Amino acid sequence: MAHAPVLEAIDQTQIRRRPPLDVLYEWVTTVDHKKLGLMYIGYALLFLVIAGFEAVLMRIQLAVPNNHFVSPQVFNRLFTMHGTTMIFFVAMPVMFGFGNYLVPLMIGARDMAFPRLNAFSFWISAFGGLLMYFSYLGGDGLYGMGSAPDVGWFAYAPLTAKVFSPGHSTDYWTLAVLLSGVGSTGTALNIVTTVLSMRCRGMKLSRLPLFVWLMMVASGIVFVAVSPLTAAQIMLILDRYLGAHFFDTQAGGSAVLWMHFFWIFGHPEVYILVLPAFGFVNEIIPVFSRKAVFGYPAMVAASVGIGFISLSVWAHHMFTVGMGAAGNTFFVFSTMVISVPTGIKIFNWLATLWGGKIIFKVPMMFCIAFLFQFLVAGLTGIMLSAAPFNWQLSASYFVVAHFHYVIVGAIITSLFGAFYYWYPKMTGRMMSETLGKWHFWLFIIGFHLTFDFMHVPGLLGMPRRIYTYEAGRGWEGWNLIVGIGALFQTAGTLIFVYNLVRSYYRGEVAGHDPWDAWTLEWATPSPPPSYNFAVEPTVRSGRPLWDLKHPEDLDENYE
Amino acid sequence: MYNSTRLAILGVAHSPTSIFDPAATPARSAFGLSMLVLSVTLAIFLTVGGMLLYAVIRFRQRPTDSDREPAQIYGSNQIELSWTVIPILIVVMLFLSTTRVILDTQAAPKPSDALNVTVIGHQFWWEYRYPKLGVVTANELHVPISDPAKPTPTYLALSSADTDHSFWVPRLAGKTDLIPNRLNTMWIDPQSPGLYLGQCAQYCGTQHAKMLLRVYAQSPEDFAAWIKQQQRPAEPDLSGNAAAAEGQTVFMHSACINCHTVAGTVATGRFGPDLTHLASRDTIASGPVQNTAENLRQWIADPNSMKPGVLMPSMHLNDHDLDVITAYLTTLH
Repeated sequence: MAHAPVLEAIDQTQIRRRPPLDVLYEWVTTVDHKKLGLMYIGYALLFLVIAGFEAVLMRIQLAVPNNHFVSPQVFNRLFTMHGTTMIFFVAMPVMFGFGNYLVPLMIGARDMAFPRLNAFSFWISAFGGLLMYFSYLGGDGLYGMGSAPDVGWFAYAPLTAKVFSPGHSTDYWTLAVLLSGVGSTGTALNIVTTVLSMRCRGMKLSRLPLFVWLMMVASGIVFVAVSPLTAAQIMLILDRYLGAHFFDTQAGGSAVLWMHFFWIFGHPEVYILVLPAFGFVNEIIPVFSRKAVFGYPAMVAASVGIGFISLSVWAHHMFTVGMGAAGNTFFVFSTMVISVPTGIKIFNWLATLWGGKIIFKVPMMFCIAFLFQFLVAGLTGIMLSAAPFNWQLSASYFVVAHFHYVIVGAIITSLFGAFYYWYPKMTGRMMSETLGKWHFWLFIIGFHLTFDFMHVPGLLGMPRRIYTYEAGRGWEGWNLIVGIGALFQTAGTLIFVYNLVRSYYRGEVAGHDPWDAWTLEWATPSPPPSYNFAVEPTVRSGRPLWDLKHPEDLDENYE
Repeated sequence: MYNSTRLAILGVAHSPTSIFDPAATPARSAFGLSMLVLSVTLAIFLTVGGMLLYAVIRFRQRPTDSDREPAQIYGSNQIELSWTVIPILIVVMLFLSTTRVILDTQAAPKPSDALNVTVIGHQFWWEYRYPKLGVVTANELHVPISDPAKPTPTYLALSSADTDHSFWVPRLAGKTDLIPNRLNTMWIDPQSPGLYLGQCAQYCGTQHAKMLLRVYAQSPEDFAAWIKQQQRPAEPDLSGNAAAAEGQTVFMHSACINCHTVAGTVATGRFGPDLTHLASRDTIASGPVQNTAENLRQWIADPNSMKPGVLMPSMHLNDHDLDVITAYLTTLH
């Protein structure tokens, strides 16, 4: 009660309306982790809509055989921009956005360890995305060649060499990815440092909310995985402009070297994105099952285990490059092994549901869909890890279906859950449940129409990245269903965006703790004041708010 | 059982490029492995998915529930150990089965009478060279069928002249990449005659989509006859065919010869497909276009109209030259 006057004073200062220019100035110059987190999220949402639109154009082109909706050149740019945007300018920023916003709140800190590095990382990543889209205007350059990059999101050498990619489109791609890499590394450094050094009293590592653990492991992977990619971009620039021959096969360079650099980034990247998604699920499932997470130590161990093993699996993207039996066998093994800690996670989530009292609010609905879809994605992953099966499946639409199952079915689905769950904290308003259910059903039906049926043409020999195909290969009906699903997903996503905007003005007022949750972010007002906590909290268990609500059954007794 | 599964799959989804309709040993062993992996993953899916479904229905909140929180259970070492050990055992089993198929395919001894073919990927077509037989052709690969009792597989040595490509004929074998400055190998042994389709499976540039593969598996006699015909230089009898004779002159005096070879003539270019026996092929443009006189004429007039982004330029020939060059090319049997 001693702090009540302080809080009231804060509330009054927040009500005052200020001129728009002041507001803009405040957001551009801010070093507040919450504002930066929201900017990351907003920026990612903008690119999600753009890259989603690109996907819809591609699905229209592929819905029927021999279609002339877009030219091959335009199609190749679309899939390059779609992939690069979704990975570097949607998935990574949105995860860092949630990490930025939530990690300090969850560990009872007032900000990140390096607030100015935080702002720098955001702005440099943001400029990367703008630079890549500027290629539509600037890529023509002096040569009049191309506009946006068309080398595919993994930009295999030597297609990126000057001789095969004249003009500047590839340069835009390289520099955009380079900038994004710098930003990601900065944020990852910040998150690891924050978790290790900014925890409130009593917040031992063994009491960290699992989301924080997973953000820390994901950030740790960023150090190891993003650096080779950034280095490879510099080597590519040297190749293109200073006559180096790292990847220039005509001068004795190696195309396979680029593949190694790319995938030692590319595969851990999947875990950089999916570990925070696991984090969302780890926070949401217990609250809506009304039970503590099952097997916390095993969950942490599995996460750290995935972090390490993920660094040893990259060449399963390269089973077809002629590695030889020994290399193939090693990567089959490491890839199959990673399914063990991943399986532990799924079982522990199941056990958390078991015996609980499951409340089907929208965040939980998305998490249940995540569980089901991630299970399928993991199982198709096991199929792909069996190298001889992979020789058939790799670079086919089966792979496209598999990794979209991971990225859309697991990562984006849990992310939607996270939006519904933490939106009240971020804005002080609840999102509409009715619109949320429309969003959920349209999106999930669309997802399954698209990505369940996308496996089939892959099994029937359809390679990815083709702008058209002839009739009679048995692919046409499947691709039509896939296209129809894309429209459902678009409708769902538009309802979601509408819900975000509408709820900001008309949503029900949320209060501190609308979900009756247990982690520290729910102990502070919604939205939290800039200093987060008026007084540094002290915790005695992994679920401090449980302890407050259930003094008769303290969590700390079970540690 | 594999056969009945195969037929069931083919009933639902029929395609000339289905991986579930193998016609050669590498594709068949991948298929066998895929059936094992599919049944294991299906069993896991049914078990875990069923438990998930049960939990979601059984433990949902009901209006009659009391306000009390359910019992808090923090974990159980025995249960967690069991769902660590069982997956490890499944992984070991799958790993060993996979390794066996890898070795069967990649470390299989090469029979002495295997046929060697060098495959070179180009933007956006395939070059096939039979080094011991002195045959060079493009886009349509001819191989003999292989009798399992006395195997005569075809060994492909794969490389690329420009960017990465990938050789994928799903009914014969999984894919192997063609990478510049690197030599990869794979083998196929189709066991019944026929045409096997596929296409480039590694994005290689603008016209990646129309870089189709056609593999003609022939009986030993047919294959020997084909080789014999391909070994002859093109010496068409043009005496009774004034248009073709004129076409030959125009062809040999235009830029065509910088990129194309017609064996036995001054045309020795290697940037584009070898045309020595062009008229013996079923398709042009690397697969997507039937090899008819009209199509050929349109192709020469403006390749971009049929395959936008193709590297062959339009030579801006007049109608008469187009007619006579087409007439000449259709004589190259």
